[in-house]
Amino acid sequence: MALTGLQIFKMLPKSNCKKCGKPTCLAFAMALAQKKANLDECPTVSDEARTALAEASSPPIRMVKFGTGDSQVQIGQETVMFRHDEKFYNPTVIAVNVSDSLTGDALKSRLEQINELQFERVGTHIQVNAVAVVNDSGSADSFAACVEAVSQGSSLAMILLSESADALSAATAKVAGVTPLIGYATADSAEAVAKVAKENKCPVIAAGADLETLADLTEKIKAAGVEDIVMAIQKTALKDQLHTLSEARALALKKTFRPLGYPTISLAVQGSPDEQAAEAISLLCKYSSVVVIETAEKYAVLPILTAIMNIYTDPQKPVQVEAKIYPIGEPGDDAPVLLTTNFSLTYYTVESDVEASRVPSYIMVVDTEGTSVLTAYSGDKLNEKVVGEALKKHNVADLVKHKKLVIPGYVAVMSGKVEEETGWEVIVGPRESSMLPKFLQEAV
Amino acid sequence: MAVPKIADSYAGSVSRVVIGATSDSGGTRTSTVTVGGATNIVYGSTEQTGEKPVIAIDVLDTAPADWPEHLVEPYKDVLDDPAAWAKKAVEEFGADIICLKFDGIHPDQGDKDADHAVKVTKAVLAAVGVPLILWGCGYDEKDNAIMPKVSEAAKGENCLIGTVTEGNYKSLAAIALADGHNLITEAPLDINIGKQVNILVSDMGFPLERIVTFQSTGALGYGIEYSYSIQERQRLATLGGDKMMAMPSISDVGSEAWRAKEAKSTDVPGWGDAADRGPAWEASTAVCLLQSGIDIIRMRHPKAIETVKNCINKLS
Repeated sequence: MALTGLQIFKMLPKSNCKKCGKPTCLAFAMALAQKKANLDECPTVSDEARTALAEASSPPIRMVKFGTGDSQVQIGQETVMFRHDEKFYNPTVIAVNVSDSLTGDALKSRLEQINELQFERVGTHIQVNAVAVVNDSGSADSFAACVEAVSQGSSLAMILLSESADALSAATAKVAGVTPLIGYATADSAEAVAKVAKENKCPVIAAGADLETLADLTEKIKAAGVEDIVMAIQKTALKDQLHTLSEARALALKKTFRPLGYPTISLAVQGSPDEQAAEAISLLCKYSSVVVIETAEKYAVLPILTAIMNIYTDPQKPVQVEAKIYPIGEPGDDAPVLLTTNFSLTYYTVESDVEASRVPSYIMVVDTEGTSVLTAYSGDKLNEKVVGEALKKHNVADLVKHKKLVIPGYVAVMSGKVEEETGWEVIVGPRESSMLPKFLQEAV
Repeated sequence: MAVPKIADSYAGSVSRVVIGATSDSGGTRTSTVTVGGATNIVYGSTEQTGEKPVIAIDVLDTAPADWPEHLVEPYKDVLDDPAAWAKKAVEEFGADIICLKFDGIHPDQGDKDADHAVKVTKAVLAAVGVPLILWGCGYDEKDNAIMPKVSEAAKGENCLIGTVTEGNYKSLAAIALADGHNLITEAPLDINIGKQVNILVSDMGFPLERIVTFQSTGALGYGIEYSYSIQERQRLATLGGDKMMAMPSISDVGSEAWRAKEAKSTDVPGWGDAADRGPAWEASTAVCLLQSGIDIIRMRHPKAIETVKNCINKLS
């Protein structure tokens, strides 16, 4: 289990030297216990204490990085079973596989397809982050050649998958500079694969059919000098896979069982693109740190990446959109102007309903610190002053030739004050956004 | 290496709700559906997941005016005929339950009357043998005037009827109790209100084991994380022994997912073909919510339904 502040305090110098920036060693110990400070900030801690504390304070699930530069990804270091308890930190990495039986143009076009799996949605860029090269050919030479070609044709982080330590050795040597994640290290091949990983300074995948086997394997790999390990739980049935992933997470978090305190990788490569998307989403919800898919169909990859975006948002922090004026369609100078708040859920609901109305409009979003209309009004974050300032700031009077502002039905009560403050005529819109299409088509 | 045991045991479990009545129990259904019964969350053994989640296919009382073209396509010959629509949903698309949704009684969407609603209910009951969900339009005044008549028309069929909310529960809860139906309690993505509605209807004498909760649904990309976490919290409260939260739950995936731009836009080439994208968006919303612990999923597109059925089979 993680140490308490007092347990940590006993191992500190107790000099209250303040060099760590905290007033006392006890305060520093408390900060360490809450993972809000780093032991390196203490210049005088003894080596013994450092080793003991590092062991005890290292995260229950290790962070592993692979890839280099802009393409580097990091996985693991999660702290909770349920996102509402805190948040999920390092989003699942989606990798698309490439068979080493592909060569020449076939390989080139596969990589082009994969490189295109990037999307802009709700103002955020999301993408597939890795390529997994699979040693289908069984030949070490083909594998090494394909891995080299992939590293030239794609800048994404790489995962090298083979049953053969020799093939991994040949291929890894070609791309050691970009730190690929390599596997599989199984009970039989653990030492040989760990050696390849160690020589090339890259993380390694331990693969086993159950948690007992995996726990043995990770210890073996660690003893061979490789600490960056990712676990592949090899179950054939999806339900067993999800169950075992959850169990591994719980053992790492609740029992601080270090042999299973590593991120995980799973495959969703069977069946239609829709089936793969369904499996990938199930796996990412249940803690898989990397999911390898076979499909490069955009329609199937977009929902997977969106699910990651959603599940990994911070539940304590409302997601906000920029407070500005958003044109919907191609609004002219007679287009209606609608007011809403910058809570993303509120905004996107309004946006989609305004779009559905097919009435070109402006949506004016005011900054209410990410709260919804009613909450913002109750907290005085949505009032006539805020509206007046926004109208001025965005020069709305220059955009349209009328001076009519549609406000949400829930805040009809502020109509009078807004009219007084701004000189704009207030039109009270519907209470529910879903009634906007009808409202816009008829009333404005 | 021996691995520590992580078997948690919990005080509570999700109640089991039976929907539909066959002739043995005074109805005319040819099948019934049982949902709920989970005794764990996430890493429980697979025996602890309870009954298999089921798919309810939406049938609207009135032809929808605003469905995207790729959603209209599979139903285009039956959209005007709820009975034929229901039959198609059961026979061709494998509906476990039919969710008869009375959008057409809403003042802004047709303002149809009780005679219409009763006629549709009877026609659908006659057309299919699966159990029914009877779901109002969400406009309190009309629901209070019409849903009691709908309830009466389906008396003895042990339907699932709804929804009741914190501010509007009395008339529908009373009539559902009298007509022997199960009840859906609705809350706006707020777990405290969710519990409050259950308390209110239970204070009226409505049995807790005949309630299904609807916590509201956010589609993938549009607030699904809120639904997901509320669903997980409901399950945790249930397992902790809170009887007022220990109900199976229903999600409205079909209508919410198809409101998303990603599901219905036909002019975004960078997102893939819309004919595939819409169903994938609906299926993805459903499978994501399945991981948070839902029991009944309202769905629409047959291709999405096929994907989700396949996934449910892999999970059970």
